[in-house]
Amino acid sequence: MPSTDSTDPELIRNFCIIAHIDHGKSTLADRMLLKTGVVDQRAMRDQYLDRMDIERERGITIKSQAVRLPWTVGGREHTLNMIDTPGHVDFSYEVSRSLAACEGAVLLVDAAQGIEAQTLANLYMALEGDLDIIPVLNKIDLPAAQPDKYAEELARLIGGDPSDCLRVSGKTGEGVEELLDGIVRRVTPPAGDPEAPARALIFDSVYDTYRGVVTYVRVVDGHLGARERIAMMSTKASHELLEIGVISPEPSPRPGLGVGEVGYLITGVKDVRQSRVGDTITGAAHPASQPLAGYRDPKPMVFSGLYPIDGSDYTALRDALDKLKLNDAALTYEPETSAALGFGFRCGFLGLLHLEIIRERLEREFGLDLISTAPNVVYEVSLDDGSRHQVTNPSEFPSGKVASVREPVVRATILSPSQFTGAIMDLCQSRRGTMLGMDYLSEDRLELRYILPLAEIVFDFFDQLKSRTKGYASLDYEPDGSAEADLVKVDILLQGEPVDAFSAIVHKDKAYAYGVMMANRLRKLIPRQQFEVPIQAAIGARVIARENVRALRKDVLAKCYGGDITRKRKLLEKQKEGKKRMKMVGRVEIPQEAFIAALASDAE
Amino acid sequence: MPVPFAVYVHVPFCARRCGYCDFNTYVAGPQARAAFARQAVKELELAAAELDRTRQAGRTASSVFFGGGTPTLLGPATLVKLYDAVRRVFGVAPGAEVTAEANPDSIDEGGLAELAAGGFNRVSFGMQSALPQVLARLDRTHDPERVALVVAAAGRAGLEASVDLIYGTPGESLADWEASVRAALALGVDHISAYALTLEPHTPMARRVRAGELGPIDPDDQADKYELADELLTGGGLSWYEISNWARPGHESRHNLGYWTGADWLGIGPGAHSSIGARRFWNVKSPAVYGRTIAAGRLPRAGGETLDAAASQLERVMLRLRTAAGLELAALSPDGLAAVPQLVADGLVRVAAGPGADRAGAGGGVVLTRRGRLLADLVVRALTSR
Repeated sequence: MPSTDSTDPELIRNFCIIAHIDHGKSTLADRMLLKTGVVDQRAMRDQYLDRMDIERERGITIKSQAVRLPWTVGGREHTLNMIDTPGHVDFSYEVSRSLAACEGAVLLVDAAQGIEAQTLANLYMALEGDLDIIPVLNKIDLPAAQPDKYAEELARLIGGDPSDCLRVSGKTGEGVEELLDGIVRRVTPPAGDPEAPARALIFDSVYDTYRGVVTYVRVVDGHLGARERIAMMSTKASHELLEIGVISPEPSPRPGLGVGEVGYLITGVKDVRQSRVGDTITGAAHPASQPLAGYRDPKPMVFSGLYPIDGSDYTALRDALDKLKLNDAALTYEPETSAALGFGFRCGFLGLLHLEIIRERLEREFGLDLISTAPNVVYEVSLDDGSRHQVTNPSEFPSGKVASVREPVVRATILSPSQFTGAIMDLCQSRRGTMLGMDYLSEDRLELRYILPLAEIVFDFFDQLKSRTKGYASLDYEPDGSAEADLVKVDILLQGEPVDAFSAIVHKDKAYAYGVMMANRLRKLIPRQQFEVPIQAAIGARVIARENVRALRKDVLAKCYGGDITRKRKLLEKQKEGKKRMKMVGRVEIPQEAFIAALASDAE
Repeated sequence: MPVPFAVYVHVPFCARRCGYCDFNTYVAGPQARAAFARQAVKELELAAAELDRTRQAGRTASSVFFGGGTPTLLGPATLVKLYDAVRRVFGVAPGAEVTAEANPDSIDEGGLAELAAGGFNRVSFGMQSALPQVLARLDRTHDPERVALVVAAAGRAGLEASVDLIYGTPGESLADWEASVRAALALGVDHISAYALTLEPHTPMARRVRAGELGPIDPDDQADKYELADELLTGGGLSWYEISNWARPGHESRHNLGYWTGADWLGIGPGAHSSIGARRFWNVKSPAVYGRTIAAGRLPRAGGETLDAAASQLERVMLRLRTAAGLELAALSPDGLAAVPQLVADGLVRVAAGPGADRAGAGGGVVLTRRGRLLADLVVRALTSR
């Protein structure tokens, strides 16, 4: 380690690992921590870098981190900064910022499975960023491994020779030292102007209960010193630096960070929104004039209403969301009232996984029971009168004469064995997809590219894709603007009263199917009332499907046997208790459970 | 006017158990039956002593009812002896209603005469159905022809006769039911009760329904049958005075009405329930435990409770509303009162206005319509919601 407060850029290698969820990235990262001696065997937890329980259970990484690894090559100790990247499509912007902090990327592929769509998408991102790519086949210890076949595939994708492809086993440690050597040899050292005003890229930002927000940065130009005042270039806010340092693998304070260095800083802010991923940090005294390129405000793509099952939990839900927001710049929410579900929040998410993670954390960490409405995307509705409306909740769909509706679309990449091509094309066709192209990755593997409405993906596209391809296909997508579509709002009416929670914006061709499905589902779920309850699905005033819950005719006990009126009274008291938990739609009483069942996406 | 006081004696024996029946009754030999008779007398004495201590002494019974089970299994002489004990312990008001339940095949002309001579003035026969196949499904053993014979014999003995019917038995058609109601009317009785078959989950019949051996209990079918019965019985000169009871004017069962209109009653026998003021208490169900407890000189109480204001209110609404006299509007909470107009609009209740319109009192009362009678529990919930 040099005696100055920053490392010579020549000796720094910044890299990340691009891999599919179960291709063994965490195991390999653990192995690298061991080989470089920053963690000893006993201190090692599996998947050291993944912190949250949910991540560990799902085998995915939500939040990236950076670890500094010493590695000696040719007698000189180098500093390798391994920047972890989130592994899911919802976090592609975060991935892009992690990549922007690196000069190289390890493309890690399971030697038994080959490359997956998400990995491919991230690879393209890395290639666009001119990163040095080191192709690596993992799990070569598996009997099913076909390293030659997939080395061929990787060579075809990134150019070069199949023999450039390293072969490792994160599990046994085989090939890991060669990989560390390869990183030093093949990744370009960072280049930046040490004399320029400081510019550092925020590639992650994590809320810690004790320290406040911990911000992960890569210094591009200049130098950030401890106790300096810094400024955020997007928000113009300035903060005192309370601590700056590196992670190896625990935080360790340093006097400062120089060109090419990767580390963390703490300013005492309490909300990750004040320290946004992609933003540029500069010195407050001598600020840079231009921020680093590529900053984007996090933009929610998928919306869902979250309601506490017990109405008295509303405040608890709000407090829980306030807490989660501290660590999640992409989560948005605002109070919403549903006639059917009561008081809750309309929440915005980056995607479905993000939604699921937040929902699960609310239930698990905060002990809340929630109903969530069917997820939907943001629509832009233009009326004949020229007005335009952003619709994040189907019940806000304007009632005037609609001139056009635009919906967000995504550019989707699907990788699959070629035998499933027909099935995938059928699926994409039925989900209003437009094919952009198709390429062979290898003899029997295919890449298909489509433009698809995000709303179709949000529904059950991924499940369908998996089931139609026996689990072999993989999917990645990124936002690709919006497109006009023939969309209508389908309302579900009980006794003529619309139930806001069941309204949906769907393509005209699918409106009927949705209406029939929902009306039928509700007919089975709504208990009989003393009056007949017509269930209608309607587009505007036009009814497209109809069902009926027949009137309840008998609700009386025949006899109080042997003068036992206590039992009957208790029964009535129980019924009255049950009635309190009913939600009212007009005069129709609907048990909470019926709502949950009707909104469950996995109901038949 | 003092609150009427009724005595109910539960006789927990039957010749056999019926598959649909959930009542506290057992098949037992003559010795157990004789022992029960002695124990019941003892319980009457213990209960009277307790009522004395709680300053509810000197109560004279305005009605006495022997139910079961099959009270007539004890034999007329024992029933008369038990009734004598009630008379001795509490006293019975002049003109009091004294009823015994009977299976048509557990009593004969002589027995009925003996009951009448012993002070009984009313008998309630478990007719259930006029059709052999329906009776068989209910495990009832009597010959349907026998009902007319015992009803006529009761009349000759000077006893008022009532018959009970059950509707909605699996396999019973609407026409079957109509035949049963018409047969009951043809008996010329002044009082008919008609109960929907209600299956408690642990009964043998409920198990057979669950197993699919018997058709399901269909509430819509039961509603059709109730409406048909109400039409036929009304056409036959009987009026409903409680959801499941119809009578010619002046022949309503005072004992039954007591349950619904806030009388006090003392229940004697295993599993019997009592209601005295705000106190509710009930006996142990097992005849053996019942016998041992009484032999030890203690009342065989299994449990009890004192109603608070809310429970009293709910009970009052749920019971009074079952009667044709209805529930006085003044007894409703402000929220309950506010629910009335919608219930009227829905055709579930009507408001009987003005004094003398019926027994609801000068302030008027809420009375169930026919549709409302079938949905009485729903109406009660609406009238007692907060």
